[in-house]
Amino acid sequence: MIDVKGLVKNYGARRVVDDVSFQVRRGDILGFLGPNGAGKSTTMRLITGYLRPDAGTAIVQGHDVVRDPVAARRCVGYLAESAPAYPEMTVREFLDFIAEVRGFRSAEKSARVGRVLGLCHLAAVVDQPIETLSKGFKQRVGFAQALLHDPPVLILDEPTDGLDPNQKHEVREIIRRLAAEKAVILSTHILEEVEAICNRVIILSHGRVVVDETPADFRARQPGARLDDIFRTLTRGDVDPAPAAAVPATA
Amino acid sequence: MSPILPIFKREFLGYFRTPVAYVFLAVFLLASVGLTFFVSQFFKAGNASLAPYFAWHTWLFIFFAPAAGMRLWAEERRSGTLELLFTLPVTPLQAVVGKFFAAWAFLAAGILLSLPLALTTEWLGDPDWGVIATSYLGSILMAGAYLAVSALTSALTRNQVVGFVLGLFANLVLVFLGWSVFNAALAAVFPQALVDALANFSPTTHFDPFTKGIVDPKDVVFFLSLAGFCLCLNVLVLER
Repeated sequence: MIDVKGLVKNYGARRVVDDVSFQVRRGDILGFLGPNGAGKSTTMRLITGYLRPDAGTAIVQGHDVVRDPVAARRCVGYLAESAPAYPEMTVREFLDFIAEVRGFRSAEKSARVGRVLGLCHLAAVVDQPIETLSKGFKQRVGFAQALLHDPPVLILDEPTDGLDPNQKHEVREIIRRLAAEKAVILSTHILEEVEAICNRVIILSHGRVVVDETPADFRARQPGARLDDIFRTLTRGDVDPAPAAAVPATA
Repeated sequence: MSPILPIFKREFLGYFRTPVAYVFLAVFLLASVGLTFFVSQFFKAGNASLAPYFAWHTWLFIFFAPAAGMRLWAEERRSGTLELLFTLPVTPLQAVVGKFFAAWAFLAAGILLSLPLALTTEWLGDPDWGVIATSYLGSILMAGAYLAVSALTSALTRNQVVGFVLGLFANLVLVFLGWSVFNAALAAVFPQALVDALANFSPTTHFDPFTKGIVDPKDVVFFLSLAGFCLCLNVLVLER
């Protein structure tokens, strides 16, 4: 599980993550929403320990990501935005590399790589260099890499980005199936996705948490309204010059 | 179950996954051996010694070490894989060490590929294999030092070319500090003691004994500590 308290990150004079706090328990699938630039990716990078917070703490499975980064990262499967991978490696070489770095050898390594290749339907492209793959396959390679060690925590930055509707559905199914045993944070721009698989929603605006509730409560804020409109009401400040104040939950 | 070995393996094989490695090795061998035969007049000198070959290394590595080292970190930054690497259970030190040794192994392979030169000299004459062995050792150590500098400059930028140029200049400065012509010019202005002290920081000063068959611990320590210093800085730069 993930315990985030008072995270702050500044880029020069700009406060990109402003006192963000929340918890994610086993079995939760937390949907991270927000306009571009609101601080979603930065928050995820703080939780994985890739960036160092200027204030606050993030504890993953009992490990402080700043004090004990390696132990924390052992428990985390992370899919970064744009699914980075080494372009000149083949899918199999890449997954073998990730498996070895995570400490798996020979039989166990082959078993785990085989498992995620099947789970993410990568068998057809297993010996192709990653740079030759389509966006959809690249995304699934990144997803496979995050699932390889069967981590208790999954942090996924736009996991269905660039996938066609069928692939989106498949990825959501995989997440839904695995989530019973895991704590999952996924960020997305697709509000329907949040309703489809998430049991909690957090909306970031200007680096601050403006909403932290269930999708049902979120929909109930403006009964009958489209999710897009509710979202826009809450985050309008990101577009307009004057930032919106935090809007308290109504019901 | 250290992650250093997979990182080493990935980086080393990564060189050979693109044509770049083969081009690099070919150009390096052409340059080093070509200079030996055509500029140093290897045959004309009539000496069964590889000294003319090794004499060029101090200068060649100024270009070739950054060429091998420039992709170590700049490419990771540019392709976004730095974020992947540092969200795996790997410390910056392990990543720096793994990548450095992979690049060093690659350069060492390039240097050792000139062994046929040594073998033909053996067939034609009677070279001193002790001197040849120490020369190869010194050359590989020196390449490691230049490479550590280049890896550091690569970590400072996301552009491989900038990394290359920075590495080239840094190595050039180091070599100049020990270059006799430069030293003579400096000696005209500064006290000799200072000039000698500066020369001590240069690979030129420390590589010479190896080419004469002397393995002085002082010189080995120089190369290893220069490399170690740059690798430490490399870790610091990445930990930001």
